[in-house]
Amino acid sequence: MLRVEGVRVLLGEQRHVAVDDATLAVGDGEVLAVLGPSGCGKSTLLRAIAGLEPVAAGTIAWDDADLAGVPTHRRGFALMFQDGQLFDHLSVAANVGYAPRLRGAARRRVRGEVDDLLELVGLAGYGERLPRTLSGGERQRVALARSLAARPRLLLLDEPLSALDADLRVRLADDLRRILRDAGTAAVLVTHDHDEAFAVADRLAVMRGGRLVQQGAVAQVWAAPADAETARFLGYPVVLEGQAARRALTAAGASAPVDAGGGGDGGDGGGGGGAVQVALRAGAARISPGGALTGRVVALRARADGLRVDVDVEGLGVLPALAGGGGGGGADGGSFLPPDVGDAVRVDLVADRIAVLPG
Amino acid sequence: MIDRAVATRHLGTAASVLVALVPLVIVAVFFVLPVGAMLQRGLWPEGRFAPGAVLDVLARPRTGRVLWFTLWTSTVGTALSLALGLPAAYVLHRLRFPGRAVLRAVVLVPFVLPTVVVGLAVRELLGEGGLLGGLGLDGTPAAILIGLVFFNVAVVVRTVGVAWEGLDRRPAEAAAALGATPAQVLRTVTLPALRPAIVAAASVVFLFCATAFGVVLVLGGVRYSSVETEIYLLTADLLDLPAAAALSIVQLAAVAVLLAGVARLRRGPDPTVRRLPAAPACPTRRDLPAIGVTALALVGLALPIAALVAGSLRRDGGWSLAHYRALGGDAGGLLPGPVTDALTASVRTAVDATWMSLLLGGLVALTVTRRVRTRRARRVRAGLDALFMLPLGVSAVTLGFGFLIALDSGPLDLRTSPLLVPIAQALVALPLVVRTLVPVLGGIDDRQRQAAASLGAGPLRAWTTVDLAAVRRPLLAAAGFAFAVSLGEFGATSFIARPAEPTLPVVIYRLLGRPGVDNEGTAMAAAVLLAAVTALVVLAVERLRVPGTGAW
Repeated sequence: MLRVEGVRVLLGEQRHVAVDDATLAVGDGEVLAVLGPSGCGKSTLLRAIAGLEPVAAGTIAWDDADLAGVPTHRRGFALMFQDGQLFDHLSVAANVGYAPRLRGAARRRVRGEVDDLLELVGLAGYGERLPRTLSGGERQRVALARSLAARPRLLLLDEPLSALDADLRVRLADDLRRILRDAGTAAVLVTHDHDEAFAVADRLAVMRGGRLVQQGAVAQVWAAPADAETARFLGYPVVLEGQAARRALTAAGASAPVDAGGGGDGGDGGGGGGAVQVALRAGAARISPGGALTGRVVALRARADGLRVDVDVEGLGVLPALAGGGGGGGADGGSFLPPDVGDAVRVDLVADRIAVLPG
Repeated sequence: MIDRAVATRHLGTAASVLVALVPLVIVAVFFVLPVGAMLQRGLWPEGRFAPGAVLDVLARPRTGRVLWFTLWTSTVGTALSLALGLPAAYVLHRLRFPGRAVLRAVVLVPFVLPTVVVGLAVRELLGEGGLLGGLGLDGTPAAILIGLVFFNVAVVVRTVGVAWEGLDRRPAEAAAALGATPAQVLRTVTLPALRPAIVAAASVVFLFCATAFGVVLVLGGVRYSSVETEIYLLTADLLDLPAAAALSIVQLAAVAVLLAGVARLRRGPDPTVRRLPAAPACPTRRDLPAIGVTALALVGLALPIAALVAGSLRRDGGWSLAHYRALGGDAGGLLPGPVTDALTASVRTAVDATWMSLLLGGLVALTVTRRVRTRRARRVRAGLDALFMLPLGVSAVTLGFGFLIALDSGPLDLRTSPLLVPIAQALVALPLVVRTLVPVLGGIDDRQRQAAASLGAGPLRAWTTVDLAAVRRPLLAAAGFAFAVSLGEFGATSFIARPAEPTLPVVIYRLLGRPGVDNEGTAMAAAVLLAAVTALVVLAVERLRVPGTGAW
């Protein structure tokens, strides 16, 4: 397994700290996603693991063997770049077969292996094409097949899907998870897109300003973000503090009990009157005739999953709320009338879409 | 509205045809005509087509020896230049160390040193009493090879270095991450990416070696002759025009074949090259061999210059400035005036040649980078591109002699015109100017012009905003190179310089042709002077930091 301990990486002529005190571990067959905004140092961390950036402090080890001084090509970690970095002068088959040929495998065996891998990534028959004739998604698939052909003990994926458009990204993310699972290769995936991280990884490490701020199983990190900024980055559009947070908890508690962990924290925060923070996920607020909160509609936005209504909720501020047939809102039948800007509405908070942040 | 749009487009087409026509006419009159006249003298000796004479010449044993000598010295010279130049290109363009900028500029200097100066410097180094005189290489082909390598290493360093500098580091990293050792990365990723640049450098070096004139003339004497010096001997000394024409034809054909083959070789499977200048890295232990070769190359470049300077300062076994003082005199009546007058004449000629080649080269660059839509237009453009590169492959001696015999009657009687020499030199410098401007103009993203147009800029305004801004510094750099080339031009100038107004390289050669310690010393002092002026110009150009300057 990969063990990274207290790693610090300095970049550029100014030697500014790109990664500081990073500690993480990746078990056999496990996929870890390092999630963070652009410029947070996540790609640098990945390059340091690959041996492409010198480490200023800390250790990177594989199965308890320190990798300091081991050059990139002897680490057995295949790195897949954001834009694939296919060798433009080589055909698709030659790209995929690059690593086996380096190992001196027989031409015939390489060809079989390449065909299998192209089949795996869904590009059977593309062998003779040149990289520049491929679409962005196809290039990334070839890059993935090329990395897998190296039979790496660890696969390093640097924003593998970021260069693709949204639609393709979702499909490829599912493919990527399936392929990684089938290959059984441990992988570190670096991305700024939480959907990509959720779709592919088993575990999540959130990185910000060169530091890892939270780690854990995907569901765990997602349910309990470490702080407000992490919550926003994980896709919670609203974070409430202080009085507003307590009011939101009460409202959610009034319609349904908050889950065990959150409830404890909530009680704590409510009692102490300290800096309690509550993060609301999309869909946490719903317009409902029986809602505990009152508010006024300030804007309407049509979205693919229904009408988004921005409601200025008394004591909480402006929240995006869901209005529409589904869920509790549709209780009184199909004759749902969308509200208008300026309407007074009642708003309900859904407990399992709320996360209480540790002070 | 539509009529006006059509009219505007017609106007645009007419303007671009005009832009293409001016250099076309000039190249036709001052290049195709003289070279054609030269060939005609050989193939139609008495007004009748008689190719037999040419074939007879080719059957002569001496011709065979000359061809063979040219071929093998050029091949070995190219190989040696690559062997020294490739590691130096890596070290000077890919590693970070103090003094890098200075060394890069210094390496560039030999490329523009006048060939006569290079020949003289190598002779001084290897000759009797020279620093390496003990090796006994003076008067051997090895001396010629040293001279050829001396000024072609710069071409390799420059051409390949610029490409290497712009080479994205990530494909190499991707290969390493796939398990490729540094040597395997070099072989499978880096060298294929550099192939166009290496092929281009090798072919240009081969071309320069094969058509080298001054170096071979000074170092080879009569014993060793290349095609180029043989053409000179046949025309100037023996007046055997059919033989000279025969060799010119062989040379022209060989160059055409070479250029066509190179164009094919350069085309890799994927012509697009991703450019992402990589920050230079700190040298590591693995770089030691390359650094060693670079140091060797630098010493090799410095030695002949040092020998030349030392030689110019020595007289009768002691140090003296006598040779420099002699520059004020006319070498005992050998020259029409003081040597310093020749320098003035050289500078004046070079200024004229510079503006001519810039004007011409600018128009050519505009023409060959113009965006065209139809296939036919593209073919016309490719043809023009090749035509304007021809002066690179045609012997300057042929050109010079062609000037003498073609421009001697009617409205073209320019033999006594002071513009004749600058025109010839401008043509010699033309490919260099074009090659400096074309990558810049061709590299401008067309969307920039479209953006300018969409913001309300008319065609002319868009052109000044986008094109002119991009090409301003390369234009200055091209001017510097044209000036340096013209200062040192010897092949064509040796034919057409007016006797009363010789340029400095011609004077140096004349001084060398007259035995005598003082004459040789004066020649060396003059060579140092010429080299200093050229070096200053090139160093000034280098300070402009034009990306891709001199990359072929």
